[in-house]
Amino acid sequence: MGKYNMHVLVCGGTGCHASESETLLQDLKTEVIEHGLENEVQVIATGCFGFCEKGPIVKIMPDNTFYTQVTPKDAKVIVEEHLIKGRKVNRLLYTHPETKEAVADSKHMDFYKKQLRIALRNCGFIDPENIEEYIARDGYEALARSLNELTPEQVIEIMKKSGLRGRGGGGFPTGLKWEITRKSVSDIKYVVCNADEGDPGAFMDRSILEGDPHSVIEAMAICGYCIGSSIGLVYIRAEYPLAIERLKTAIGQSREYGLLGEDIFGSGFNFDIELRYGAGAFVCGEETALIHSMEGLRGEPTVKPPFPSVSGYFGEPTNVNNVETLANIPAIINQGPEWFASIGSEKSKGTKVFALAGKINNVGLIEVPMGTTLREVIYEIGEGIKDGKKFKAVQTGGPSGGCLTEKHLDTPIDYDNLIASGSMMGSGGMIVMDEDDCMVSMAKFYLEFTVDESCGKCTPCRVGNKRLHEILDKITQGKGTREDLDRLRNLSHVIKDTALCGLGQTSPNPVLSTLDNFWDEYMEHVIDKKCRSGQCKALLQYVIVPENCVGCTACARNCPVNAISGERKEIHFIDQAICIKCGVCLEKCKFNAVLVK
Amino acid sequence: MSQVKSLADLRKLKEDLQGKMSLREKSNHPESMVQVKVAMATCGIASGAKQVMDFFINEFDKRNIHAVVTQTGCMGYCYAEPTIEVTIPGQEPIVFGYVDTKKADEIIEKYIKNGELVEGIIPVKYQSIETNKENK
Amino acid sequence: METIKLKIDGKDVTTAKGTTILKAAKEFGIHIPTLCYLHLEDLNIENKPAGCRVCVVEIEGRRNLAPACATDCTEGMVVNTHNIRVLNARKTVLELILSDHPTDCLVCAKNGTCELQTMAQEMGIRELHYQGEQSHYREDTSPAIIRDVDKCIMCRRCEMMCNEVQTVGALSAVNRGFMSVVAPAFEMNLDHSVCTYCGQCVAVCPTGALTEVDHTNNVIRALADPTKTVVVQTAPAVRAALGEEFGLPAGTLVTGKLTAALRRLGFNYIFDTDFAADLTIMEEGTELLSRLNRHLKGEKVPLPILTSCCPAWVNFFEHQFPEMMDIPSTARSPQQMFGAIAKTYFADKIGVKRENLVVVSVMPCLAKKYECQREEFATDGNPDVDFSISTRELAHLIKQSNIEFMSLPDEDFDNPLGESTGAGVIFGTTGGVIEAAVRTAYELQTGKKLENVDFKELRGMEYIREATIDFDGLPIHIGIAHGLGNARKLLQDIKDGKSHYHAIEIMACPGGCIGGGGQPLHHGDSSIIKARQKAIYEEDRNKTIRKSHENPYIIELYENFLGKPMSDKAHHLLHTHYFDKSKETTVE
Repeated sequence: MGKYNMHVLVCGGTGCHASESETLLQDLKTEVIEHGLENEVQVIATGCFGFCEKGPIVKIMPDNTFYTQVTPKDAKVIVEEHLIKGRKVNRLLYTHPETKEAVADSKHMDFYKKQLRIALRNCGFIDPENIEEYIARDGYEALARSLNELTPEQVIEIMKKSGLRGRGGGGFPTGLKWEITRKSVSDIKYVVCNADEGDPGAFMDRSILEGDPHSVIEAMAICGYCIGSSIGLVYIRAEYPLAIERLKTAIGQSREYGLLGEDIFGSGFNFDIELRYGAGAFVCGEETALIHSMEGLRGEPTVKPPFPSVSGYFGEPTNVNNVETLANIPAIINQGPEWFASIGSEKSKGTKVFALAGKINNVGLIEVPMGTTLREVIYEIGEGIKDGKKFKAVQTGGPSGGCLTEKHLDTPIDYDNLIASGSMMGSGGMIVMDEDDCMVSMAKFYLEFTVDESCGKCTPCRVGNKRLHEILDKITQGKGTREDLDRLRNLSHVIKDTALCGLGQTSPNPVLSTLDNFWDEYMEHVIDKKCRSGQCKALLQYVIVPENCVGCTACARNCPVNAISGERKEIHFIDQAICIKCGVCLEKCKFNAVLVK
Repeated sequence: MSQVKSLADLRKLKEDLQGKMSLREKSNHPESMVQVKVAMATCGIASGAKQVMDFFINEFDKRNIHAVVTQTGCMGYCYAEPTIEVTIPGQEPIVFGYVDTKKADEIIEKYIKNGELVEGIIPVKYQSIETNKENK
Repeated sequence: METIKLKIDGKDVTTAKGTTILKAAKEFGIHIPTLCYLHLEDLNIENKPAGCRVCVVEIEGRRNLAPACATDCTEGMVVNTHNIRVLNARKTVLELILSDHPTDCLVCAKNGTCELQTMAQEMGIRELHYQGEQSHYREDTSPAIIRDVDKCIMCRRCEMMCNEVQTVGALSAVNRGFMSVVAPAFEMNLDHSVCTYCGQCVAVCPTGALTEVDHTNNVIRALADPTKTVVVQTAPAVRAALGEEFGLPAGTLVTGKLTAALRRLGFNYIFDTDFAADLTIMEEGTELLSRLNRHLKGEKVPLPILTSCCPAWVNFFEHQFPEMMDIPSTARSPQQMFGAIAKTYFADKIGVKRENLVVVSVMPCLAKKYECQREEFATDGNPDVDFSISTRELAHLIKQSNIEFMSLPDEDFDNPLGESTGAGVIFGTTGGVIEAAVRTAYELQTGKKLENVDFKELRGMEYIREATIDFDGLPIHIGIAHGLGNARKLLQDIKDGKSHYHAIEIMACPGGCIGGGGQPLHHGDSSIIKARQKAIYEEDRNKTIRKSHENPYIIELYENFLGKPMSDKAHHLLHTHYFDKSKETTVE
């Protein structure tokens, strides 16, 4: 690397990758060379910037210009106008949805203003395939200091003081887990990184692994030092090929530099990491199922206790941590646990990465201090609901979580508050819904997922969830009854009470949460046979508006099931019992006489 | 690519590498550093603004001054090219005209290092959108 | 041993640390219902997936309900096993299982003996509140076992037996979620898999998902056919267990009533497999001594000799250790020896043509159904043994024929194939075959008379046993294994050259034949198997003749028909060879 005076950072996360950011990167490099700037301008790919709604992202430094929705065709103009002439390409700048003003520096964007990137500190900043960039940013300093200057007990004390809790959804205090694993007696122990991220729509862990894999590697080594393990295993879902590649490259580079392997930093401590691939099972994100999957057995959870910290992989003490939890650790050690504990709320320290999705203007990856309110996230960072629609609910925690509504908007986000409000943090999925979303359909969608992913071992999840889904389907088809609502509630409670693992224990949460918060909508579905958001097609009614009907018979002639009756020049009538809601009549009517309600 | 065998090795390696990353580190917090913007429009380039910019970059590096040098568009003072805008943290930006490498040297030594004003300042009579926003 | 105190249903309970709530409650008279849990204590077999969730209980301070079978007691724990929360949960769980279960109880093979049926009745289930789709699968019939897995409740007992106890590996959980079920790999048919038909899966299945192929109708038809002479043989283990089907306590010997019932059923001749067991000892004992003596002379002979009377075990080594096929004895099993002799020697004696003689066997075993169909055990397409029915099927046959078993007088077997010695009887238990062999081999080898025929060192329930018998100065090392998993261990030792035994007895079923797949269901009570073992040794003790070679009818058979053990004729009728089946598993 020479000394460049301009750095061009192109987002290489999977999202932008899918929008040709790889080609964009190559085209930018080509243009730079063609214009003779290769000694002055460095063009690299980085990890996820988080602003996925506006990807592919290109950031120019040092003037901090943040370009959005860049295509390979724009490479030429960026090089010619911006790099050479110093003129920003305005049409590629981000514009505020309401004020329509262009904002060039991401620091001034609502999306970024309230974010505090700790786990994502290097994503969008460094080239994840170059270990030197990680080292230049205090990389492996935490590991070195731990090995050379601190005892395992001291490091564990730091972890405990920081208040870091598991970011995979469990929220278990990380320091405590390390301490318990340390105390388990065995010659062989394992450090496992849970990179199975299965929640639909969640990509926090993926972005960290793609954008800053070394932070995870370093944290695993530190964990190994603390608990007394020299073997690290990363269980990563096979559906993340880019993350796997980046991780492999990073591990290879760490080994080359002597940061993984034997006698690390001359301390006598050995540690190395192997990858294990998932095979498409959400349930293998549950730690015991994950461990059994690695053992070559069917990926089914087993009863806890015994906990993995005591008896895990092949019966040995095993420490399982989530990717995001690990990514925080080098920063905590470098900047001190007091710093970390000063961020967040009383019982939930630090920040959390959320995948913001749904009917929100700014879809993407964000990281905010715990205690940030939902309102801030949705209306400031997310810049409000898309198309100016009305906010209805936000679903947190994926298929294990519940819905939060208008009345919860000022809840500070943390582990305990979310549970108290009837939801949970989960791994960080946040799906925003507007008035056009049907809450019954939403519950059904989550049950569909859980039914598909249930391992089948225990009765309540295997059969119970299926029955819940059948009832919800019945309701969305317009065949639900009032008793079905009671059945939903009762069965949900029994499933929660009797299921063997976290998947089953939390799968009824979307049902209970929507029943509690949107009882009216459920009642409308079963009593009035109406879906106010119009999402349940079976509940839509096509009717003729008598005032507008001129009796042209166009609808009746085209109805595939002869549901429309009426003579020429007389008002027509649709028989609801026969109507299959195909919508042809609406299409054919030229007099606005067909209404869908 | 060298094996890192100790904490000292790591810190040395980091030091060596930090220079290369410094541009990015600095640009994340430009307000804390001296910012020099060099006008690089046609007239600027024609009058040798490129050499001036390179000079600033190299000299800041040599003299260990934390500064960010960027190029910018036409500032409007075509008669006085090459022009530069210097913003010292906490102070109003100042535009200098007729800046050649000799003048650049003077600006670094006198203004940037000591806060002494140097000849050739062009008074700014307008506000840009950026400054407008910041003032709001 | 540390004891802890806790409260269950308000009762103060003291128990050892490490005891589960289920066990502790049982010790104090509180019976928490279970479905998937299975513990055969005397056999050290436990199935504890904690998946059915029927045994859930409430623990104060714990957010959700806990499975009693898999949760250890802790000091000061407060448990409630039947408050309204628990009852509601338990009943709902049961309703869920029933909602995905066929409702053809009335015509199901497990009608009256199904654990799910019993539980539904005891729990007072009157309505299924949550009904919907049911999971359906293809029915799979093999020579011995029928898989009707629409009725599978995923208790995983069969999987545990097949993989962990038997180490055969024919069954495992497949698919995911609602459609998950226990099946052979790729849901192939059992008869294409490595299944040995040992039937241990059937022995533990709580529902009608795994049952035996039922030949009772075939037997009824044969009995009704005026052109056929129907002959029946019964295995030793049957007489020690049949009584259980009629309410008698486990371990009651019912030999007398058994023969009486068979006679009333209409069989023309009531014979005893134990007779053929004595015959097996003659052949196998001779073979053992032949190999042993050649070995002592310095010849290279395959040793140890392994018993071969168990067809599931034969299947096991044909599939899994085909390279060692020259090690087992070439002697056929008693069932097959009987059939061979019946359809030649006996048929001639009574002047009946082979095709008109029907040989039925009553066995504690399901593999016997498969064994009698093996091609090498037939002449011109006519099998030596036509049908094999299990102890359970015989009980049904007796009940269907309106015979009041309990009031039957004690009768006896017919001759010449009904007389047996104590050695023949003990075939029914683990250790019995080799003890019988030793009783004969000792006298044949040493020429001396055996004063004490009870070789207690060969008896017991431990899975792998060994003993050295002193053959008048010649130490003979005996090894015994029951349960195919243990057989595998001994086989592996032989393969690795670590085996020092001269003879090894192997039985596929834990406990030996008394624990066979066709016996009355034990429903998890292993003391039943132990009681049956006791009964077998009791019958042996009560016999006047207790060594196979002293059986007068056996002596007569050799004199008049076979010549001597391992003669050409004996070889042709009573010995067999094996097949390499290791490459035979195919996916349908």
